[in-house]
Amino acid sequence: MCSQKNREHSPYFSHGDLDNTVTLKELVKRFGDFTAVNRISLDVKKGEIFGFLGPNGAGKSTTIRMLCGILRPSGGSGTVAGFDIVTDAEQIKEHIGYMSQKFSLYEDLTVEENIDFYSGIYKIPAEKKQPRKEWVIAMAGLAEHRASLTATLSGGWKQRLALGCAILHEPPIIFLDEPTSGVDPISRRNFWDLIYRLAADGITVFVTTHYMDEAEYCDRLGFIYRGELIALGTPEELKTRHMAEEIVEVLCERPQDAMEIIEELPGIRHAALFGRGLHVVAERAVEAIPAITARLATAGFQAPQPERIVPSLEDVFVSLIETKDREAAPQQEFER
Amino acid sequence: MKFQRVKAVAKKEFLHVIRDWRSLIMGLAIPMLLLFMFGYALTLDVDQVPLMVWDQSNTPASRDVVSSFTGSRYFTLAGYTDKYREIERAIDERRALVALVIPPDFARRLDAGRQARVQALVDGSDSNTATIALGYAEFIVAGYSGRVALERLGRTSGAALTQPITVEPRVWFNADMLSRNAIVPGLIAVIMMVIAALLTSLTVAREWETGTMEQLISTPLTGPELIIGKLVPYFCIGIVDLILSLLVGRYVFQVPFRGDRPLLLAMSILFLIVALALGMLISIVGKSQFVASQFAMVATLLPAFLLSGFVFPIENMPFLLRIFTHIIPARYFVTILRGIYLKGVGLSVLWGEALFLVVFGGVVLTVAMWRFRKKIT
Ligand SMILES: Nc1ncnc2c1ncn2[C@@H]1O[C@H](COP(=O)(O)OP(=O)(O)O)[C@@H](O)[C@H]1O
Ligand SMILES: [Mg+2]
Repeated sequence: MCSQKNREHSPYFSHGDLDNTVTLKELVKRFGDFTAVNRISLDVKKGEIFGFLGPNGAGKSTTIRMLCGILRPSGGSGTVAGFDIVTDAEQIKEHIGYMSQKFSLYEDLTVEENIDFYSGIYKIPAEKKQPRKEWVIAMAGLAEHRASLTATLSGGWKQRLALGCAILHEPPIIFLDEPTSGVDPISRRNFWDLIYRLAADGITVFVTTHYMDEAEYCDRLGFIYRGELIALGTPEELKTRHMAEEIVEVLCERPQDAMEIIEELPGIRHAALFGRGLHVVAERAVEAIPAITARLATAGFQAPQPERIVPSLEDVFVSLIETKDREAAPQQEFER
Repeated sequence: MKFQRVKAVAKKEFLHVIRDWRSLIMGLAIPMLLLFMFGYALTLDVDQVPLMVWDQSNTPASRDVVSSFTGSRYFTLAGYTDKYREIERAIDERRALVALVIPPDFARRLDAGRQARVQALVDGSDSNTATIALGYAEFIVAGYSGRVALERLGRTSGAALTQPITVEPRVWFNADMLSRNAIVPGLIAVIMMVIAALLTSLTVAREWETGTMEQLISTPLTGPELIIGKLVPYFCIGIVDLILSLLVGRYVFQVPFRGDRPLLLAMSILFLIVALALGMLISIVGKSQFVASQFAMVATLLPAFLLSGFVFPIENMPFLLRIFTHIIPARYFVTILRGIYLKGVGLSVLWGEALFLVVFGGVVLTVAMWRFRKKIT
């Protein structure tokens, strides 16, 4: 789906000679002696949808704020649209759209008043004001609510309005911090349709999320965990290359009980509930499958033959996190 | 600084004010409340009440009573009469507020050791003033009858007695007997300071608290654009308050205005900017609405009330406090207002105070703009 974007015709590709529109080198942010972002390096190409994936508290918002020039990094460097995030923060602000994690339009202003306000802030020329406003209202599906106070809108509408206000000035890069958190699935789907439409126009989208299904929609992903970037690549690359282990899917009754027996087998890293079955992380699937079949049969489980499957992004993420935690555990004990 | 952005901020800020009835009440109703409350409470100590006297007794004793009225600072003699109709007319024409009628048998009853009566007629159209004037009259009569009682006692015992207790009238809430004329201009200074500083102290802090600031600082909007834009609506509220206060002062409290109107307006605008800048700085430094409003109270309301010379004369303050008043902007504005308002003096006299306000406002505004960061901390 992502590959079908019609980027060649986009206006944003004609100017600027760099391929990358966001670059980070060893970016660090410390709050006191707590390191929220730990030496993150990554590049985002022009026109791509870059997904920044990680659990709550991983450091996604902190990173995105540094990229938007509203939080000073403690170390490292970075550029956005060719401007340095430390020294040229104000220039960056001319070229980006930002939608913060918390809804941050004015609840006591109407839809139109919010749009008019940001039109003024972004100095949209008089002749473009009305068409841009109508475009935002149509895009967000707010035609019937244009005179409603923003406070009365539902979550999905608010988020689309916030997106609209962030792109009024047609920025080449937009940063969206968990734009779909807390909205219903239909609104989430609609929101991602909007993101695709923007990307199709050549806009670079840097989006954070903790929804695995949304991660699949991105061109490229960065996994962030406890402030560290633990994997980077396209969803395909992550699923095929970033996992040392293999995934075996076991479908059976009483999966919780089966999980305990399976985890005791040699060559099995761990097992996790997944849908109506289990995803078993094994060192080698060819050895694990007969072992699991035999063990389940002796324990009296009625189970079809386990199968090796392509890991989902969630499998990859869980596996990476476990690896990370295993590495970190002895260290943490030492620190205490 | 881009006008388009300042305009956008000002417009949005106006909408906030209009939609938030609390800020409207704070901005318009509270100043009026303060003005009326203090205007009445502080100035009701009516002195020099014009007194009409009808002395039907015309004896040394009755003349003694009259002179204890006219000799006090609370009453002045408006005239003598011998007709009720004349008393009526004097009160109607406001030449007299109180009339004292001493009946023909006054001295006789007094000599006979019986209770003597005097009649006090009071203009009740202004009931507060009437109550107070009556209080004074009672106080004077009580003093007089105390003296009489002592004399009677002295006559019977043969010994000369001094009055054991003398009552000194103690006027509460306005111990220095400030006149309404001095109070009203001082009040205007306090009101403008309090409203301007309190209202603005919330505005930047509120945006940090609700999270809307995070969106704002990700845009090209600059600090000075935001600050100036935000001050515009509060400036307008301040001007409305000023005009209302001047009208109330003139037409409700009858404070004469002797000075130059454009000069008063210019000086008020200057002071308003100082107060707004102070509120803005507090809001920027405070970051939370609670901290900012508390701080604004302490930093603006209290000094404007206590140290501006509005209620307590600066000359009577301890040395250190007196030095401290020099950095209170309200002090200068109170001086300016009283000067223009009551004495009709101009810039040639008040330029020092005006210069201080210009410098103070400039410094505070610059510091506010400099302290405002488009960063999360
Ligand atoms: N201003 C701040 N001061 C102190 N700690 C902070 C601040 N902002 C974020 N943190 C901490 O940094 C960590 C990462 O936060 P954040 O970037 O918001 O995570 P995410 O967006 O991935 O959920 C969290 O532990 C959070 O408590
Ligand atoms: Mg976050």
